[in-house]
Amino acid sequence: MALDLETRTALVDTVLRLVNETLIPAEDRVAREDAIPREIADIMREMGLFGLSIPEEYGGMGLSMEDECHVMMALGRASPVFRSLIGTNVGIGSQAILIDGTEEQKQRFLPGLASGEIVGSFALTEPGVGSDAASVRTTARREGDVYILNGTKRYITNAPTAGLFTVMARTDPTNPRAGGVSAFLVERNTPGLSIGKPERKMGQQGAHVADVIFEDCPVPAENIIGLQEGVGYRTAMKVLDRGRLAISASCTGFAERILDESAAYANERIQFGKPIGEFQLVQAMIADSYTDAYTARCMVLDTARARDAGEDISTRAAACKLFCSEMVGRVADRNVQIHGGAGYIADYAAERHYRDVRIYRLYEGTSEIQRVKIGRDVLGGAVR
Amino acid sequence: MKAMVAVKRVIDYNVKIRVRSDGSGVETAGVKMSMNPFDEIALEEAVRLKEAGTVSEVIAVSMGASACQETLRTALAVGADRAILVETDADLQPLAVSRMLSVLAKREEVSLLFLGKQAIDDDANQTGQMAAGFLGWPQGTFLSSLKVDGTHLVVEREVDGGLESLRLAIPAVLTADLRLNEPRYASLPNIMKAKKKPLETVTPADLGVDPAPRLKVLSLAEPPARAGGIRVPDVATLVAKLHSEAKVI
Repeated sequence: MALDLETRTALVDTVLRLVNETLIPAEDRVAREDAIPREIADIMREMGLFGLSIPEEYGGMGLSMEDECHVMMALGRASPVFRSLIGTNVGIGSQAILIDGTEEQKQRFLPGLASGEIVGSFALTEPGVGSDAASVRTTARREGDVYILNGTKRYITNAPTAGLFTVMARTDPTNPRAGGVSAFLVERNTPGLSIGKPERKMGQQGAHVADVIFEDCPVPAENIIGLQEGVGYRTAMKVLDRGRLAISASCTGFAERILDESAAYANERIQFGKPIGEFQLVQAMIADSYTDAYTARCMVLDTARARDAGEDISTRAAACKLFCSEMVGRVADRNVQIHGGAGYIADYAAERHYRDVRIYRLYEGTSEIQRVKIGRDVLGGAVR
Repeated sequence: MKAMVAVKRVIDYNVKIRVRSDGSGVETAGVKMSMNPFDEIALEEAVRLKEAGTVSEVIAVSMGASACQETLRTALAVGADRAILVETDADLQPLAVSRMLSVLAKREEVSLLFLGKQAIDDDANQTGQMAAGFLGWPQGTFLSSLKVDGTHLVVEREVDGGLESLRLAIPAVLTADLRLNEPRYASLPNIMKAKKKPLETVTPADLGVDPAPRLKVLSLAEPPARAGGIRVPDVATLVAKLHSEAKVI
């Protein structure tokens, strides 16, 4: 249910306060130690941030997409690491259950995800399966009451701490495409499930991705999402549609934060006897970043409202993800440029932001995949 | 026992304040407002006492324009059970506020009246003390710790020389200093639920108090802009200037 303006403003203000007073001051430490301090994760859990999108009847807040986007834009002002901590529970780690799960599966798993007591994770990508997501090679072989899973999932966000994985595996070996894939809910303590070493990444130190390995891992048949084989790929695509919008909101919030830092530096840095912000070439960069961020805000909220109104937003969500992820890259790049040499030095946040935003153009569908989808939808007449 | 907490709506502490061009006051139009930070600490203490089972109910009170409802909703989201707004457009000063608080504290039969030690807008630091006067209750001001000991409170207050410990009989008026606790963030689900908690609106007349100001502000001015410094060639010139121009030595 959509919130009234006063309540939504109170939510956003509270999140902004968390961002400004607790998260942003901790960014350096988080990046240096490659970990979010436990006390900060606890605060985020107690504030209810893990349950933004999960309906109230399952212990969450059940925000509308528009309200969720407002909250994610506010939270997105802090380092993307913090968004990543809650991102899987709010998005890809819970949505498959919510969208296609049975009532029993919802009752069983959603309350723990909503409270943040368990971390949810989404396992689609494999060593040989990236953009060609339908070509999943992890297998699930039915044996009586269980499916036996074998295979390796790669670059799985929050895998090291996850208690529950949404795993795409092939149940029909005779069908090598999407129709042979099913979605499973796999608990961390299932025998045969192990987690690889966290990867060393370009940015977002403090957020962890790792391999998830299944070796003859028996998963109860009742854990197949919706109790239906062969629809896992379709479920995954629905989950990603929604996730793209949340990512777009996060990109937008972070771009607005970076823009503020660009402007603050341009007003303060003196060259040729005056602040560099008085030079038109610097003003042009600020203007472009502002226009980029404002465009993003408009399209994200417009798409979110359309989703709340029950419209099919699949193409628009792809367009948002494409634009917003590329946009925040441009804004972070201009910020480095405005900072000059200082922007290349690791002591300044500009350098970290530049690395942190690079992933947005890659995960949950690369820019190229978004373009292919949008192009196909437009040419096929799916959008007018 | 019940606790009442006074929460004042003030200009947010992150805002750079500006004096109105006519000097009549501080510009508040279009400025972000929030709960006085010392009142947040007072509220947190009351809510913790409730969570510990010492206090049965926490009542938040604010006074002023109807927009103070926002501040009360924040208090309800943090953990107050209900709220009272004394709605008035009058320019409220500490005397009237403390009188109205004392009336409400009696009407609600509270045992503890919490306030921040001062509000960050006018820094008057008078309301708690005067309320204690009207009520005839003991007061613990500038508190950095508070423990309930049966029918008494043991408090520590920050004074110039260090910490002073006092034992106060309940009922009492308590004002919070910075180190009393670290206020929590309201949880987002509680912010959504705050709308459903009771919020009563009364007027100064209902409380039998005339809120008309007794003090008159003559003028208000921005601090003078800092003049640029100068460079001196040597220590002798510096000493001479400190003596003859700055007149500090």
